[in-house]
Amino acid sequence: MLDDTDRRILRQMQADPDLPLSALAGRAGVTAATLSRRLERMREIGVLLGKRAEINWQALGYTIEVSLRITLDKTQSRAFDDFLEAARKVPEVIEIQTFLGQVDVRLAVIARDIPHYQEIYRARLLTLPHLADVEALMHVSRIKDNEVFPV
Amino acid sequence: MTDFDATDRAILRALSRDASQSAGTLGRRLDLSQPATWRRIKRLRDAGVISGTRLILDREKLGFGVTVFLGVKLATKGRISLEDFERAVTAIPEVQTVEHVLGLYDYRLRVVARDLSDFERVLRRRIMTLPGAGHVEANVLLSEERLPGPLG
Repeated sequence: MLDDTDRRILRQMQADPDLPLSALAGRAGVTAATLSRRLERMREIGVLLGKRAEINWQALGYTIEVSLRITLDKTQSRAFDDFLEAARKVPEVIEIQTFLGQVDVRLAVIARDIPHYQEIYRARLLTLPHLADVEALMHVSRIKDNEVFPV
Repeated sequence: MTDFDATDRAILRALSRDASQSAGTLGRRLDLSQPATWRRIKRLRDAGVISGTRLILDREKLGFGVTVFLGVKLATKGRISLEDFERAVTAIPEVQTVEHVLGLYDYRLRVVARDLSDFERVLRRRIMTLPGAGHVEANVLLSEERLPGPLG
């Protein structure tokens, strides 16, 4: 579906998504016309979905980030649906992932400081429906965070 | 921390969903002029609140059918260097993110692979051979959603 030219374009775009098209064409070694044709096609087939700004929550005063690894009570048939619906309503939850494995759901939660985190944890998170077990991982640092696909 | 008002938060919300819209388009939706919107975006970037732009790609259509999160516990702490582990794990192309965490595990990795057998290859040849890697727990990603966060 994608050929080497597409992959070269995607590699350069992933490395610097803000690059102007003329510079991108140069780095990927294609003409401006080829570039726009390839981009158009990758959008059409749904490979290229768009761009998003990355928010640095620390700069907004949210110094704490915690990964909550959650096991649900699966004897309840609506456990996943009810839980996810309620978790989406907690403003400090910035990411929800579901898994096949030892963990059912992971929530990424941000807070201003430890007392604020405790408040959210007790009032909003421990009260989520069908929760069977919770484990917390506190983020210390991000060593690599580019989410680049090795195309 | 600098103060950001409701308009700044609305801009952040909009750009975190779609960063390809121009300051003019975004401004019209927020009842702001193009230059005023542009100035606010620049201020958010300068303050580091917008830390960068990410490409949104369809991972399945790119051919990466499997995403696995690994919790890695280091074997004998003190005997191995965190820097060596971090340098080696960062260099693996299939490893998209590396987070140093406190708790049950020492590191949390996001790994992409073509399929399960490709993942097994990455796990055996790349992850298990990392300097100091001890216990590894794997969870296969089924679904993922990003939420706007506390932006009012």
